Amino acid sequence: MTQTVLELNGIACTFPGRDESAYTAVADASLVVAEGEFVSLVGPTGCGKSTLLNVAAGLLAPTAGSVRIFGQPLGGINEHAGYLFQSDALMPWRTARENVMVGLELRGVQKHKARQSADAWLARVHLAGHGDKYPHELSGGMRKRVALAQTLVMNPKILLMDEPFSALDVQTRSLMENELLDLWSQDRKSVVFVTHDLEEAISLSDRVVVLSAGPSSRPVGEFPIHLPRPRDVSEVRLTPQFLELHRTIWEALKVEVQKTHAQADL
Amino acid sequence: MPSRRIAVFQVLLLVALFVLWDVLTRTEILPPFFFGEPLVVLQRIWEWFSGGTIYKHLAVTLVETLLAFVIGTVAGLVFGLWLALSKTASALLDPYIKAFNSMPRVILAPIFAVWFGLGIWSKVLLGVTLVFFIVFFSVYHGVREVNPVLVANARMLGASKRQLLRYVYLPSATAWVFSSLHAAVGMAFVGAVIGEYLGSARGVGYLILQAEGVFDINTVFAGVLVLTVCALLLDRIVTVAERRLLRWRPGQVGNQG
Repeated sequence: MTQTVLELNGIACTFPGRDESAYTAVADASLVVAEGEFVSLVGPTGCGKSTLLNVAAGLLAPTAGSVRIFGQPLGGINEHAGYLFQSDALMPWRTARENVMVGLELRGVQKHKARQSADAWLARVHLAGHGDKYPHELSGGMRKRVALAQTLVMNPKILLMDEPFSALDVQTRSLMENELLDLWSQDRKSVVFVTHDLEEAISLSDRVVVLSAGPSSRPVGEFPIHLPRPRDVSEVRLTPQFLELHRTIWEALKVEVQKTHAQADL
Repeated sequence: MPSRRIAVFQVLLLVALFVLWDVLTRTEILPPFFFGEPLVVLQRIWEWFSGGTIYKHLAVTLVETLLAFVIGTVAGLVFGLWLALSKTASALLDPYIKAFNSMPRVILAPIFAVWFGLGIWSKVLLGVTLVFFIVFFSVYHGVREVNPVLVANARMLGASKRQLLRYVYLPSATAWVFSSLHAAVGMAFVGAVIGEYLGSARGVGYLILQAEGVFDINTVFAGVLVLTVCALLLDRIVTVAERRLLRWRPGQVGNQG
């Protein structure tokens, strides 16, 4: 038995609306992530994928349900988790190196040690020599790498990723996906990866979870991905197993996407 | 070098304006009694600086400006941060801030003179009331519009409330302070000069006031010119400081020559 790292149980999230009406983004959602497991959440736009991720991060307290991290109930920020945001979250007034250092500084690590770790991580994400540049001097892909280093330098047990590569161009994107898999394979953190791109989900994950259309979104299907590792994300997409998995999961996802469209048309 | 050519034309334009002024007053199209004579004005400035009479007045005005600028900026930064981060405080103080800001504050000058006498502090205080609101509003709005993702990211990296202030809110507020410093330094100067003009025993504003009393229009213009050059120099200093401290900003890099 592998250990359960993250457990979401019967989570509901309701946001007060402008008038009397309240919007329930997520309802009765449960999810279990094992140690070293790479799980992707896919679902139609606006289905509360990010909401669920924020609950797991402790950034958002659920209206109902419980969150357990290594069996302990979560109150406040999830200290075991690192979070890679969809949009830019680097501090624009800090250089790349200083951005990677910031978490260690907050934790009270001495400056020169933090600097060493930061430089080591910048090298691991192929940004050695770019440490003194400010975020606006880096390309989108490079900024994502800095953000990845900023999160991983803290050595979190759980990595939460919210469509991290959606703003990148296609080539940079598959490059980053391969680099992510490479980094992940070195110490196998538990990963929860949110995306609306099914191909990305299948090529990266051990398991794909399909969420239903919002409101009151919840997981409606789970699909284990037994593709051999190590994988190359662009090559694995051409294998027959991949296409078969894609067809099966898409059957489930399509229903939800159509629901979302039907609602939008109303 | 197009920028150098522009500079040459800027100087030429200045010279042309002075020549025009000179011609108009010499031919008495504009009566020199009311409009002054540029050559006399320049001569007056030269006498001030070569004779040394201007320095003590200039020093007083600049000290007042500097004090008003520093006190007003720091107070604006602190209050801006505080009200932006505390919902209760901002809700409570909102009408008062609005009232103070819409008040024509130059009217306060005589009151400050009564309270603090004719020395520098009545002028400093007038300058502070002008500078404070400029910095306050830009910090207040700036902090409220800090990217929430930046805050969430810092929290995930382990920032406590106090650390958020130091690592996220203060640096982004500083950027907003800088965007308002040009206006702030100008206002500090205005506060000092108006304060002197309304009652003082020293300062460039005092010189102008004295000259006006005896219809010495040339000295008035000389004072105005000296003040204008000072204001331009102060603005220049802010620009240089800004370039050094906001190197991280897009558009700041590469135009440092």
